[in-house]
Amino acid sequence: MSGQFIAAEGLPWPPKVDDFYLPDLAGPWVTKFTLMIWLAVGLLIIFFMATYRNPKLVPSKGQWYAESIYGLVRDNIAREQMGKDGIRFAPYFTVLFCFIVVTNLFGITPGLQISPNSHIAFPIVLAAISYVMYLYIGVRKQGLGRYLKQSLIIPGVPWPMHVLLIPIEFLQTFIVRPVTLAVRLFANMFAGHLILLVFTVGGFVMLASDNIFIQVTSVFSFLMAILMAFFEVLVALLQAYVFVTLTANYIGTSLADGH
Amino acid sequence: MYVAAEGAEHHPLVPIWQELVVGTIAFALLCFVLLKFVMPRMEAMYQARVDAIEGGLKRAEAAQAEANQLLEQYRAQLAEVRTEAARIRDDARADAESIRTDILAKAREESDRIIAAGRESLAVERQTIVRELRAEVGGLAVDLASRIVGESLADEARRKGTVERFLTDLESAGAR
Repeated sequence: MSGQFIAAEGLPWPPKVDDFYLPDLAGPWVTKFTLMIWLAVGLLIIFFMATYRNPKLVPSKGQWYAESIYGLVRDNIAREQMGKDGIRFAPYFTVLFCFIVVTNLFGITPGLQISPNSHIAFPIVLAAISYVMYLYIGVRKQGLGRYLKQSLIIPGVPWPMHVLLIPIEFLQTFIVRPVTLAVRLFANMFAGHLILLVFTVGGFVMLASDNIFIQVTSVFSFLMAILMAFFEVLVALLQAYVFVTLTANYIGTSLADGH
Repeated sequence: MYVAAEGAEHHPLVPIWQELVVGTIAFALLCFVLLKFVMPRMEAMYQARVDAIEGGLKRAEAAQAEANQLLEQYRAQLAEVRTEAARIRDDARADAESIRTDILAKAREESDRIIAAGRESLAVERQTIVRELRAEVGGLAVDLASRIVGESLADEARRKGTVERFLTDLESAGAR
């Protein structure tokens, strides 16, 4: 049976963390992950340069696609979260959104099959940029003292509560926000890849079984893998949207005057 | 932890530092290129399109307003012209009427005048003829009488009176 042929003996089962750490291609600098990052950067630059080389008032198809993405981020994220101030951040948000979407979608791209964001290093980079951005913008807009006061002290609260609230607010603004930003994206991609591994590799393992009943059941495993692949598309887009929306929201609170 | 060492265990929450570096550089490059060369034009295009659409709408509105105003103006003018035309027609009708009556009156006057003149000249002619006839008839009668009588009547005055009386009698008899 061909299934048994494909499902050779040393299948990595069950899926482990080590499945995410493939052998280097040429030292630690040139790995599948770093190459995928460069690929994403290259694809995005080529896409935008090609579609926006010669923009027209009445757009061509490619230009329209590029503008739709920009319009989505500009109007549905930047303006929604930050009001009119958000529009000047829309270009960066668009780049961020596109980068996360593309790298996330690598998770279900045939031949790549894993998202670079399932290595926490890349979400950390993106979250760190957002973190520095909203801190810098807050301090520049309001001054260090006022920014800290605004971030830590909730107005209209009896003063003994501040003993409790200030540490919580500090934790919230300066630690929890960036960490959750990075970990949310990483964990979604990590879990997504793990789920796909479970159902596809599991399917092959079941096919390799001696029991005919288990072999037949593998069909459901593969069906589930296909279903989850579609689900992963949704997660990929949603996580990019969430990441950018939260970044916009944090920058928005830094710009806002009140709490 | 055991970061990125060959064959060592990886903890999924510990980043590989080379990846941090590559991620930073690659993303920075992406941001640089797109933010410098693409996104400003995209925002500009966005604004241009908004302007074009809003400007177009505004222009259309202005044109509409102008058209409405012109229409109003033309309507007013048309109404004015209509009343003017009606007035002119009425005037013309009145003029024609007055001219007609004028002409009629003049014609009547003329005809009256002509008739009067005719009558007058007729009367004058008649008078003249009567006068001539009277003289002639008188003369003829006198001639005839004198020829018949053979002698001229001595009393001129009496003769004249006789003739006159005769003619008057004749005339009144004729008029009766």
